[in-house]
Amino acid sequence: MTTSTPGPLVDDPEVGARRTSGPQTTGARTTGARVGEGALRPDGTPKAEGRFAFSSDLWIDGMLWGRTLRSPHPAARIVSIDPRPALALPGVRAVLTATDVPGRATYGLEVPDQPVFARDVVRYHGEPVAAVAADHPETARAAAEAVVVDYEPLTPLVDPTTALDSPPIHPDGNLFRHLPIRRGDPGATAAVVVEGSYEVGMQDQAFLGPESGLAVPGDDGGVELYVATQWLHVDRDQVAASLGLPVELVRLHLAGVGGAFGGREDVSLQIHLCMLALRTGRPVKMVYARDESFFGHVHRHPARMWYRHHATAEGDLVKVEARILLDGGAYLSSSNAVISNAACFAPGPYRVDNAVIDGYVVRTNNPPCGAMRGFGSVQVCFGHEAQMDKLAAALGVDPVQLRLRNALRQSDRLVTGQVLTGAVPVREVIEAAAALPLPPDAAPDGPPIARPGGAGLTADPDDVARGTGFAVSIKNVAYSEGFDDYSTARVRLEVGPGGDPVATVVVATAEVGQGFVTLAGQIVGEELGVGRVVLSPAGTAEVGSAGSSSASRQTWMSGGALQLACAAVRSELAARAASAWACPVEMVEVVTGPAPGEVRRRGTGERMRWVDLLDPPIEREEEYHHRPTRALDADGQGDAHLAVMFAAHRAVVDVDAGLGLVRVVQVATGQDVGQALNPLQVTGQIEGGIAQGVGLAVMEEIVLDQGRVRNPSFTDYLIPTTLDMPGVDAVLVEVPEPGAPYGAKGVGEPPAISSGPAVVAAIRAATGLPLERVPVRPEDIALAPRP
Amino acid sequence: MPPDSTSVPWPVAEGYQLSVDGRTRTVEGAWVGESLLYVLRERLGLPGAKNACEQGECGSCSVLLDGVVVCACCVLGADAAGAEVTTVEGLTATGSAKDIQEALVAGGGVQCGFCTPGFLAAITDLLARSPEADELEVREALSGNLCRCTGYGRILEAVSAVQAERRGAGVPGGLRAPGDEDGPR
Repeated sequence: MTTSTPGPLVDDPEVGARRTSGPQTTGARTTGARVGEGALRPDGTPKAEGRFAFSSDLWIDGMLWGRTLRSPHPAARIVSIDPRPALALPGVRAVLTATDVPGRATYGLEVPDQPVFARDVVRYHGEPVAAVAADHPETARAAAEAVVVDYEPLTPLVDPTTALDSPPIHPDGNLFRHLPIRRGDPGATAAVVVEGSYEVGMQDQAFLGPESGLAVPGDDGGVELYVATQWLHVDRDQVAASLGLPVELVRLHLAGVGGAFGGREDVSLQIHLCMLALRTGRPVKMVYARDESFFGHVHRHPARMWYRHHATAEGDLVKVEARILLDGGAYLSSSNAVISNAACFAPGPYRVDNAVIDGYVVRTNNPPCGAMRGFGSVQVCFGHEAQMDKLAAALGVDPVQLRLRNALRQSDRLVTGQVLTGAVPVREVIEAAAALPLPPDAAPDGPPIARPGGAGLTADPDDVARGTGFAVSIKNVAYSEGFDDYSTARVRLEVGPGGDPVATVVVATAEVGQGFVTLAGQIVGEELGVGRVVLSPAGTAEVGSAGSSSASRQTWMSGGALQLACAAVRSELAARAASAWACPVEMVEVVTGPAPGEVRRRGTGERMRWVDLLDPPIEREEEYHHRPTRALDADGQGDAHLAVMFAAHRAVVDVDAGLGLVRVVQVATGQDVGQALNPLQVTGQIEGGIAQGVGLAVMEEIVLDQGRVRNPSFTDYLIPTTLDMPGVDAVLVEVPEPGAPYGAKGVGEPPAISSGPAVVAAIRAATGLPLERVPVRPEDIALAPRP
Repeated sequence: MPPDSTSVPWPVAEGYQLSVDGRTRTVEGAWVGESLLYVLRERLGLPGAKNACEQGECGSCSVLLDGVVVCACCVLGADAAGAEVTTVEGLTATGSAKDIQEALVAGGGVQCGFCTPGFLAAITDLLARSPEADELEVREALSGNLCRCTGYGRILEAVSAVQAERRGAGVPGGLRAPGDEDGPR
């Protein structure tokens, strides 16, 4: 743990900086807190007391338990399915297969290319084939096993490099998207050229709360679905289509979400649960076991990347060439958007006038891949940052100085031609991370548990070498490429039981742990100054779409919608007061603080309390749309992104190269946040994101063998524990983003992007090995040819 | 002969009694293979202990069994008969872990919160055993509890804050784990 104290670190008057490691001394205000304060989460105490209902905690009288049967093969023809042995078991109430899907047989976020249940063919290990409902979860498990499926195994397409030359494994073909980006002179070159190939393994979101939900049949032929998800309305649309029901009859309610990180953006059990409930006429609950969770959601795309950088002898980047191949797995999910990020941000946060970039994402019989925190930027960051280190070595310059020299600035262009009009504090995040103090040297007589290998295979202190690495990242905020991205919020202001005004917020924003519920209270506190803010449960029947809790977008988008709705409420207060006073509305001032709840008449000094204007209550609903973005043209050119955010990470590692063991000692970071609306929560996002970056760097990978997942458990898929996580020292670089509500950019993703590449760079520095593949496994170090 | 009309798989356990949070609870008609976690969550209406892996890897289901932290997913419900089970609900009801709960919330140690009840049990157990545990000891003691949101920084800070507060309040042994008749070990 770091123990540094808060205080400004950057002396630039344009740049506010906060250091956030060290103990937080935040007020315990749970109501009336405003934007910028470290308000505490309103759901914190219920969660700490075990009273918060997660989706897996739901229970209703007479409910059945659902279970999914999944394909053991990555590719096979289904010859026949016989559900009768399952139906014959006592306590089994339904067995459903592809022939039972009442509506659209497929679903998907971008294109419905994924079967609700496999019908004639299975395309990945774990694809759903049937679902059962039974009185007891053990009976449901036995029933799923009792369904007899006759498969004729096929040779799976598992190598993405051969996908385009292989026979199509899906009617839509094997190419999801090829995105070329051409900028400047394709023939440009320069004095120094460095080249490299890099590979990133398949990472899992590994949220702790398993996929789960409860479907309850409605009296009107519809269904209520209580589910942990990231985007209620897009789930609803997919569920309704496959049920063959109008969307009004499919009502989704957000149940407590135990983490998401992209893994709940796609439909998993939603359609199956509703089908089972409608078929049996009874409530059905389903909770994935951990192994099923690994099969039940999309993963981070594995990547293969080739890069060639050209730079002048002085170190100015002249051209970046890149070929990026992402393995999309069996179905599309959000692959088209992931490859867009990977291609657009392939050079990293650096200025370069010439670019030849080709991004490909292809279909294989590997597990489907889609959204995960960082979304395309993570994979290419391993590539562009390794290249920057190679270039620094070739030039004989300091890697941090090379990054500073090429750092993007405001008014620079991305390789898509887009001019960066927002805040671009790349230099500032690099300087902030680089200026943080390094950890003390490892004590040779220190406790063994503090060495690489820790409590297990303990390193000899004499064999431990320390290395430091640096990495910088860029990522877009919100949805890109012309998508009409919006959020909806409704605010109701009325007289509360105690006679004071109370604001009720209705948004469908999925609280997945990120703390939007805290921010919602802060924003209403800021805009209306009321002491009591009530958040209604999120549901599709209550309010319009909030969009997805992804792409670091909800602070901006749902925050923006709330800000608009509060402004509309204030306008109505002014209008009612103007009507009462029979004066022009311009003469009314709505006072939101420090004495909240008044309107004043300019000139006369007359006052009125809000509570005297709230019969009937005021209710206003607003949509916030971010400014339009554009599609990319045939050369990958266009203003495709709303805004971009940056982070820099410096990692220090200890490595025992003989044993191949790594201990990450410290990660220091500077992060561009726009404005921190809740510094405590921002710190939590930074530390948590870094943990996922560290995990991808040194331990996390879904291991595939001919398309089969070999490690679907927390025994074999390791995520960082308290003993793996280093101390984190963070500086929040605050340059308000023009056009963003309160100047805040997103904050969730950047910590997960360049932290991993910084760790890998540090291992390279400690060992001298090229380490072109992540995660870096012990054998990659211990068995590597010594340089 | 398996039952043909009940909702429970075969074999059904004989009725047994559990002592949970100081109350005697009777479990009737349960499948013998049900874990303590399942019995607590689905039969006794105590969903505070969570179900993230159900194979003893993540610590989300941690409860105290005779004052010692265990993974409730790896203990058969029937095997817990005769022991005192303390859940997050029990810790909350007695207020014995209130300072830990408050520190976790105030320090930012709660995000999605799915791991929090398990951490609460593990921290309660740790501070009962070793109130002055140093940072490495704390990290080792909590290494069986996975958290995917926080990166642990705020959770570790919360433990440190509780230690400081208890020290200041002259409670060197910290609070005793319920059911731990011998006091701090």
